[in-house]
Amino acid sequence: MLDLAVAYNRYKFLGYEFLTWLWFIVEQNQDIIGSLEEEPASLAVGDLIILKNKLDNNEAETVTIKGDDADLEEAKLALRKGAVVTELNLTYYSDDYQWRFTIKGESLNITGIHLPATGSAESKEDIEGVVIEKAFLYEKSFNLIDALFKQFINIRITSRWENSVVPLIKKWLHL
Amino acid sequence: MGLLSSTSSVTRYQVEGKFEKSVLESVEYGLKRYTFKEVDDDISEKIVGWTSFDNPFNPNFEGHAFSIGTYLVFSMRIDKKAIPSKLIKKYYTLEEAKLLAKSGRQYLSREEKKSVKDEVINFLSSRIPATPYVYDLIWNYEKSTLWFFSNMRAANEELEILFSNSFKLILVRLFPYTTADLAVNLSQAERDTLLKLSPTKFME
Repeated sequence: MLDLAVAYNRYKFLGYEFLTWLWFIVEQNQDIIGSLEEEPASLAVGDLIILKNKLDNNEAETVTIKGDDADLEEAKLALRKGAVVTELNLTYYSDDYQWRFTIKGESLNITGIHLPATGSAESKEDIEGVVIEKAFLYEKSFNLIDALFKQFINIRITSRWENSVVPLIKKWLHL
Repeated sequence: MGLLSSTSSVTRYQVEGKFEKSVLESVEYGLKRYTFKEVDDDISEKIVGWTSFDNPFNPNFEGHAFSIGTYLVFSMRIDKKAIPSKLIKKYYTLEEAKLLAKSGRQYLSREEKKSVKDEVINFLSSRIPATPYVYDLIWNYEKSTLWFFSNMRAANEELEILFSNSFKLILVRLFPYTTADLAVNLSQAERDTLLKLSPTKFME
């Protein structure tokens, strides 16, 4: 394996592209998400998208689209101008449950994860139950993210990416 | 923002390596060896160690209390002393003035200045209490995964060192490249393709 510090910086673009692809399939191809889950499931773009654009003078411009009624057209415009998606907030629905979280592109770190409600912990026995319940809920959302990333990488390393997926993403950006 | 908080941030790791002896005994040994230790009047700027996730100020790893279901659940505690720079400057200036008056000189040498500053920092460190920070983690030994409930770089770096020292296992942070390399089950040819990838341009 490559030196990890080198690999982190050299391939962080894969994380940015993963978020762009994720946003694209959320809007255009929810079937992919449904096919990864046994229960009915879907993803929706949440209340935050952060994009970064490298300017000619080597400085970076950050575009933050925030709020429940955020205008995603501005984010698409930034993408058309060469920006990358650095953070994407998502809402994940599975059965009657709902998760909210933000994925950071360069690290794949998960921030601000809000799980479905669990029981409260008032005694030591309660704590163990709540920990197991929360761990299950964390794992469920991580499994979805992993399955989607795996799918992305499996497309990204083939010619299908350049020949088929990128033209579709460009078309979607210009809709 | 820990494991039981309503909102959390998580950094995910893959754990490289396995124990040769019993898992629970090995984990208990590592946790006890590097348990967080309170030290009265300690002048260290920072103390790091393991603690119980449900009782971070009174760690107890007896009876494998860290084992919950199929998970190993415990916390890392970092106590840090943050001495305001203005406080250091105040005490340094007073001490410097005393030394100059005593010696009759106008200036201190570079070594003397450093020595005074170190003394001031040690003096203040022994009087200022450290602030405790507790970070929870969930380790699934069978799946070799670990979730650390913080994205702070300094805390993650401390975790990686403490974990390696305690258990002689390596934590690999899962970011785009490592996730692709370790978690996607690529063939060698696909790995070679991955290495040659360059950024896509979606622009007009």
